[in-house]
Amino acid sequence: MSTTSGKRLPPLMERPEFVRVAAPIAVGCLLLGLWEWLVHLYAIPQYLVPAPSAIARTLVADWDLLFSSLLITLKVTFLAFFVSVLIGTLVAFVFVQSRWIEMSLFPYAVLLQVTPVVAIAPLIIIWVKDPLPALVICATIVAIFPIISNTTLGLRSVNPGLLNLFRMNKASRWQELLRLRIPTALPYFFGGLRISSGLALIGAVVAEFVAGTGGTSAGLAYQILQAGFQINIPRLFAALFLITLAGVALFLLMVVLSRLALGHWHESELTPET
Amino acid sequence: MNATTIPVVEVLSAEKVFGNGTRALDPISLTVEPGEFITLLGPSGCGKSTLLKMIANLIEPSEGRINWWRGGHEAVGKPGRKLVFVFQDATLMPWAKVASNVRLPLDLAGVERSEADRRVARSLDLVGLSQFGRHYPRQLSGGMQMRASIARALVDEPDLLLMDEPFGALDEITRNRLDADLLQLWHEKKLTIIFVTHSIYEAVFLSTRVVVMAARPGRILREVIIDEPHPRGESFRVSQAFAAYARELQHLLVEASQGPASGAGDPVAGEAA
Repeated sequence: MSTTSGKRLPPLMERPEFVRVAAPIAVGCLLLGLWEWLVHLYAIPQYLVPAPSAIARTLVADWDLLFSSLLITLKVTFLAFFVSVLIGTLVAFVFVQSRWIEMSLFPYAVLLQVTPVVAIAPLIIIWVKDPLPALVICATIVAIFPIISNTTLGLRSVNPGLLNLFRMNKASRWQELLRLRIPTALPYFFGGLRISSGLALIGAVVAEFVAGTGGTSAGLAYQILQAGFQINIPRLFAALFLITLAGVALFLLMVVLSRLALGHWHESELTPET
Repeated sequence: MNATTIPVVEVLSAEKVFGNGTRALDPISLTVEPGEFITLLGPSGCGKSTLLKMIANLIEPSEGRINWWRGGHEAVGKPGRKLVFVFQDATLMPWAKVASNVRLPLDLAGVERSEADRRVARSLDLVGLSQFGRHYPRQLSGGMQMRASIARALVDEPDLLLMDEPFGALDEITRNRLDADLLQLWHEKKLTIIFVTHSIYEAVFLSTRVVVMAARPGRILREVIIDEPHPRGESFRVSQAFAAYARELQHLLVEASQGPASGAGDPVAGEAA
């Protein structure tokens, strides 16, 4: 690996784990620099496209306001994610009990998935008085489907040979679930978690957008709306930046969780050399 | 094998027709005495795996019946009447270490942990994997995974071992070694083994009796007794007797693959297949 011909690179550049982190960061810095340069070059007014430096300044100046909004959005996201995992997993366990149950109920899970949350959010906000539970319900509707479908698939994907082995050893239904179905389902479940965590954030932001006009919640979406009304575009960008950052952080958290749970055995988490 | 022993398995005119009308097995009768090493040899589609799975009670015969130790399947699993099935592939749980995989039958039966661990260690030792209990299955080669699978079968101290082409996916050198080790285990533990294979050489080397089967419909063509003393070593593989048995089975297999209509007596039978 280290004996590549041609120009000699610094040793750090030959390590794939370093390149994997450094290359995207370099691209990001390049794009930000280009953005900054173009804004100055054409003297684009701040209310159209603010320079990255202006956004950074706003981020620092409005930190207290934006950070408290971020916490509120994250609170909705995590609650919705938690409820999704809890209910989604339970529903999956019910689904695998019998094909009949799954066939009768699965279409409604799909219905939940394909209905745009913006369309039902106003209804939920009217029906549920408290804004926090209303937002959590909206975000849960968005985030729950991948958990249900992935966990159901995982619980069903048992190796038929192992299933025969368990049956021939007269394993109880409970032993079969605990020792065979749940370990088999874990990689699928973690795949569901990755998708669902991002969706919970999107669901939270969308729900805040719909509810935000009520002025009762002050999540990041509300800050974006307000900043839009006040033509405070740098703050809008700063809020957007925080949402993106939260999404990436959530995703990384799921990757770490997945590695902790599956790292020692599942193919998806193994390095190619082993 | 004294006169008072009862047969381990009696297959009594058992036949199998699948739901879609496919006739997998014509009525078959077969008696297996304790201590026998029987191989079911035949071309693919001859129903040898189906027969083995019926004996394992994984498939019900459509007609006829099967006795285990002169009784129904309820008595199977009691001491002295333990039946264990070894699958075509190792069928190990990838998330569990080798020792946990081998311990599974004991865990499911609720055997006490220290007793179970002792039996797992002994079983791993029997198949030559005592150093690998703490490895994950993916860290083992195909042959070693198969050894782990056999260790799991032995941990329950079976009386009857059913093996469905267990070494079919392995290279020939590994397969020969596993065959020799299996034969030694059979000899030492006084097991009864029914073994499915499509390798003539494996059948001759291992068996006390080879049951040659034919396809479409699946049926027993002939039984060949391999009258060679145990223990059998590598010298048996290169002996005149071995070659003679292999030739006899080869002729039978050619006959088997010709189907019932064309019959025997084909002058070039020896060169076909």
